[in-house]
Amino acid sequence: MAGTGKAHLRTEGDVLLRVEDLVVEFPVGRTGLKVNAVSGISFDVLRGETLGLVGESGCGKSTTGRAVMQLRPPDSGSVAFEGRELTSMSHNDMREARTRMQMIFQDPISSLNPRRKVREIVLEPLSIWKRGTKEERSQKVDDLLNEVGIDPERAAESQPHQFSGGQCQRISIARSLVLDPTLIICDEPVSALDVSVQAQVLNLLEDLKAKHGLTLIFIAHDLAVVKNISDRIAVMYLGKMCEVAPSDQLYASPAHHYTSVLLDSIPVPDPEVAITKMAIEGEPPSPVLPPAGCRFNPRCPAADDRCRSEEPQLREVAAAHFVACHHPLIGGDAPVTVSAGAAH
Amino acid sequence: MSQTVNVTQAATREIAGPLLELTDVTTHFRTPRGMVRAVDGVSFTLDRGQSLGIVGESGSGKTILSRSIMGLLPTRGTERGGSIKFAGREVGNLGRKQMRTIWGKEMAMIFQDPMTSLNPLMKIGAQISEPLRIHLGMSHADAAATARRLLQDVRIPEPDRRLEQYPHELSGGMRQRVMIAIAMACGPTALFADEPTTALDVTVQAQILDLLGEQRRDRNMSLVLVTHDLGVVAGHTDEIAVMYGGKLVEKAPTRRLFAAMKMPYTEALLASIPKMADPSHTRLSVIGGRPPDLVHPPIGCRFAPRCPYAREKCQSDEPPLIATDDDPSHTFACWYPVGSPEYHESRERNAAKKVEAA
Repeated sequence: MAGTGKAHLRTEGDVLLRVEDLVVEFPVGRTGLKVNAVSGISFDVLRGETLGLVGESGCGKSTTGRAVMQLRPPDSGSVAFEGRELTSMSHNDMREARTRMQMIFQDPISSLNPRRKVREIVLEPLSIWKRGTKEERSQKVDDLLNEVGIDPERAAESQPHQFSGGQCQRISIARSLVLDPTLIICDEPVSALDVSVQAQVLNLLEDLKAKHGLTLIFIAHDLAVVKNISDRIAVMYLGKMCEVAPSDQLYASPAHHYTSVLLDSIPVPDPEVAITKMAIEGEPPSPVLPPAGCRFNPRCPAADDRCRSEEPQLREVAAAHFVACHHPLIGGDAPVTVSAGAAH
Repeated sequence: MSQTVNVTQAATREIAGPLLELTDVTTHFRTPRGMVRAVDGVSFTLDRGQSLGIVGESGSGKTILSRSIMGLLPTRGTERGGSIKFAGREVGNLGRKQMRTIWGKEMAMIFQDPMTSLNPLMKIGAQISEPLRIHLGMSHADAAATARRLLQDVRIPEPDRRLEQYPHELSGGMRQRVMIAIAMACGPTALFADEPTTALDVTVQAQILDLLGEQRRDRNMSLVLVTHDLGVVAGHTDEIAVMYGGKLVEKAPTRRLFAAMKMPYTEALLASIPKMADPSHTRLSVIGGRPPDLVHPPIGCRFAPRCPYAREKCQSDEPPLIATDDDPSHTFACWYPVGSPEYHESRERNAAKKVEAA
């Protein structure tokens, strides 16, 4: 995975969020080493689009989401939201900007304050920002709770632990919508839920997106879930971007070997589908000392010397389909380039 | 070599009849709210060398059922009933002391979280050789040599180095491999795996499922795979049992279940999974409502309050688990199974209702 490169960034259309060369590193104790959580990724999201961010644990997908929100300000790179640069913004401006970009987390129960009544939790952002009159706020919260399928009366007298996991996730969604944001970053919003509840929450997100004109970044490890909800998908591996493509296109003809392996490893709920023998051994290496060249090369079936030394750049192999690989599964071999992006 | 004999002993032990036979097993917990009927009358048999998937949502009783069979439940506040026969011997009423002669050698278990199931203060080698010394009475040297072999069996590279490491030095996938090695150590005839891959990444999940299947074949061992993921059981089990609200609601050979499911719950569960073959933004079908309260379960069929095909009878009479006409190994508990005339009628009736409501 290479990839650095920005060939996939769009100049046309209403770009709501544009992230360029994002780098997030965490120091490892006092060793002087660092975890290269996100190593120079770029992507953009158009208004009204859903971008799926997929990858295995430790690939940097959650860190990316948090860095966009400036919850952990990136070490370098730029994050432009609605045309304004977030990384250099003052604290107060950033607080203001966060009302228009909200986040939903994986564990719905622990992301709600256990001591407060659910209705207060949803109402609080409105009180902090003093939006409307008291009655208007109240009305807005009731409307939203109804919309996500939570009874406002019950919410007024109950605490989060009195609701199930799926209901708590609905409450988190209501809270994230209360300030009328334009962008919602969903970090594994359904992975803690049962399949039947997962379907309810995914459908709800689709409905709310249409109704409120939202733009979503959907971070998840479950490729079937991501495919269902996304317009465009970015595959990450070890802090780098491997492949970006419209979702149906990505699943129909993956160009990156890692994407292909990832798709093959998903257990299909159909016994008639033959299980493909794993073409991949081992586990992702440590992001403390990532491999040189393409970061996927130690596990890649197509890796050669070039992959071990030169980092591939994202390039277009089909319409709107970008891949960072020297030997992609579609589109032939990369043109010989000056090894500009070789190992950081 | 003595250790080789011990490790493979399971493959040579002969048992007549089914390996595991459950008759009307109940596990209830006394709580301040009342009696929680976590497992409420489950019966099935499992043959030697077969793999069974137990599928259900959170709270369906699948984990409690597997722990009931293993005898791994707290004794205080637990009321157990029915009969659990393992290799012809009643084990449902055995105490911990007697169970210790069965754990490891006869039945073993691996858990969801490989992080917390290993002792963080013991080296990997010591953790694998402990059951070998305790259950099989091996010497330290034999146990150490066997531990090394077991690590090779579960495909851990550089076994000599790993034996000297602590769990925190291993990745999640490696730790789950170590758990499997420990479970395999005394050559059990049945392995219970409770959500063994839920905490792992998909590429690692596929590796672990392959490994479990391979160990089952090599050792002629029965495997009970407890999971909420129908995708995991579809490719890795011979039979599937679907649980709902503490009851077994359908059981069939895997291919048969997917091709001709009878229980509307099984149908709904499968329909709610996003499919890779569907284009993006395909509307998912949902199961309305929530799983039943096991203190006051619904009268009649427990799925009736959420079932789109339910009728009056479903709300008053509990359907028995019966075999299908054409396949005695396929059992289900439903008055109006998928494909029956009443099922089609209810579906049309409910569809008409929806149109009216809209």
